[in-house]
Amino acid sequence: MTTESNAILAARDLSVWFSARRPSVFAKRRWVRAVDGISLTVMAGETLGIVGESGCGKTTLGRTLVLLTRPTSGHVEFAGRELTALSSRTLRAARRRLQMIFQDPYASLDPRQAVEAIVGEPLRIVGIAAAKRRQRVAELLDLVGLGAETMRRLPREFSGGQRQRIGIARALAADPQLIICDEPLSALDVSVQAQIVNLLLRLQRELSLTYVFISHDLAVVRQIADRVAVMYLGTIVELAQTEQLFRAPRHPYSVALLSAVPTLATEGDTDPTPVLLSGDPPSPVNLPTGCRFHTRCWLREKLGNPAICAEQPPALAGDTMHQAACHFADETAAHAAPLLRPERAS
Amino acid sequence: MSREPILSVEGLRVAIPSPRGIVEAVDGVSFGVASREVVGIVGESGCGKSMLAMSIMRLIPEPGRIVAGRVTLVGRDLLGLPEREMRKVRGSEIGMIFQDPSASLNPVMRIGRQIEETIEAHGGAVGSATRDRAIDMLRAVRIPEPAVRARDYPYQYSGGMRQRVVIAIGTANRPKLLIADEPTTALDVTVQAQIMDLLRAMNEETGTAIILITHNIALVSRFCARILVMYAGRIVESGPTADVFARPSHPYTAALLRAVPRVEARLREGLTAIEGRPPDLARKPSGCAYHPRCALRGDICVREAPPEIEVAAGRTARCWAAELGIVWKGSAPS
Repeated sequence: MTTESNAILAARDLSVWFSARRPSVFAKRRWVRAVDGISLTVMAGETLGIVGESGCGKTTLGRTLVLLTRPTSGHVEFAGRELTALSSRTLRAARRRLQMIFQDPYASLDPRQAVEAIVGEPLRIVGIAAAKRRQRVAELLDLVGLGAETMRRLPREFSGGQRQRIGIARALAADPQLIICDEPLSALDVSVQAQIVNLLLRLQRELSLTYVFISHDLAVVRQIADRVAVMYLGTIVELAQTEQLFRAPRHPYSVALLSAVPTLATEGDTDPTPVLLSGDPPSPVNLPTGCRFHTRCWLREKLGNPAICAEQPPALAGDTMHQAACHFADETAAHAAPLLRPERAS
Repeated sequence: MSREPILSVEGLRVAIPSPRGIVEAVDGVSFGVASREVVGIVGESGCGKSMLAMSIMRLIPEPGRIVAGRVTLVGRDLLGLPEREMRKVRGSEIGMIFQDPSASLNPVMRIGRQIEETIEAHGGAVGSATRDRAIDMLRAVRIPEPAVRARDYPYQYSGGMRQRVVIAIGTANRPKLLIADEPTTALDVTVQAQIMDLLRAMNEETGTAIILITHNIALVSRFCARILVMYAGRIVESGPTADVFARPSHPYTAALLRAVPRVEARLREGLTAIEGRPPDLARKPSGCAYHPRCALRGDICVREAPPEIEVAAGRTARCWAAELGIVWKGSAPS
């Protein structure tokens, strides 16, 4: 299904629809299209960032790529095997080297087990001896900023941020080929985030790891991703090499998203962060017609509300370095410039 | 700080007994806020910044307590006030916004009613005048169709809208001071931009002074003219934000600037992590609490905590090196 020889994970026409709560039992069943027809390929050794705001479907996409959530339709292929065609039993073996770091590891930490047992679990399964296991667990705990002395403590003795680190240490212990990282830094202290970022980068070099890095934190994504997919309401609206995306975004939603992240002000430039988007995204139950972003699009407004935006959904188009799903992607840069601060417009 | 100071905090100490010992969450903090001023307090989780905010409001959870210091609001000593008087100060003279808007709202009371209650509690208006004020407040925080949406319950609002309601409640009585503790941490960046825009407009229009507590240094640099950097319960550096970030006098400030990922650029050399972790406030290191993580520590740093040193007009740092006039590499002008 993939043409690229070094593709490790590929999704084709992936959709995940959830049944929405109906206003009454007589009402027609309605669907939340959390992921709606996404195709993407992850290359071995790369870090693919997936960004977007809460509710855009990025977490559902991540869970579906490891088949923790079964897709409504579409295919997922990992290391040459089509996971979506496998039964639950064969699936478990096929995806052993496909791991996931969760947003909320506490939900998966056994409250009665000490940290040593929790982090050492994947090591025990592959038959590593107790003494060596303890040494490795100690290393992992140091790496995630907890310290080996915490080994005998129970999850409840830790703060939310520390619990997140236990989950990260456990995922790293599984020696995976590809890790789907779902907001792994969100609960960490700022000074510790950099340690984890550097740790993830070092592990990637040493173990030839591939990452799918799901995050709402664009600053972190810029530091570690090779390519970035921007999601809006269940679809990818832009997919590009990281520097291309951050320097010259082609989708008006990407422009708005990037412009909303405050940059560190300098003595000459303390202007406030521009506000290009108002209100909230529409409900994924009642998706807008045509381009899903058209109801909030600043570019459409600038162009005098062309009819095509509300009528025809734009396809992801462009070259392999940079693709955007916007009818007017070529005009984004010129119209964005006056809305942004000078250094953003370059 | 030439303007009239409205809040003055002197030598404030907060202690919380715990099984591990006494947690010195706030350990001798002094600062002032001028009227109309916007001050940022940055630090990592557990540095005491939220406890500092709670102690100004006298809302420290049991068994924590203020063991020393003074908090003065426009000349009035808040720590000496009877609880009944203090309740009037909260919500009318000092407004509060917390990270989780849901925790601040009553889930079974209509949005509009919750704002009306705040106005009534502080004698702002009565009857239909209260309702009109509440709707005006919702309009001011840019809730669409405020008269209709006032009849909704919190669950019918998005996270960003709920936080805007909390801002409406926090500012309904035109407080002199608004304390915003991580007001946008739980929100998306586009919503954060909207909320910060709103807070800025309120500051400019009503003159409400703002203390913004956050771990986000970029946000502080865009929003706050002055910054206080907290570490292990103390203010380790303070001054005009752009100046502090351009020429930090405390190695922790400098290290934070190198450790925090920036959206403006991918750093070729990668992020420079601060080794170690923030200290357990029940077992603080001897001397300067930052010394175990500091590249430049000397014998004196291990032995003795540095005093607050005035490194320039309006700028202080708690670092022995600052006394020697050492300035660290700050943010490169872009």
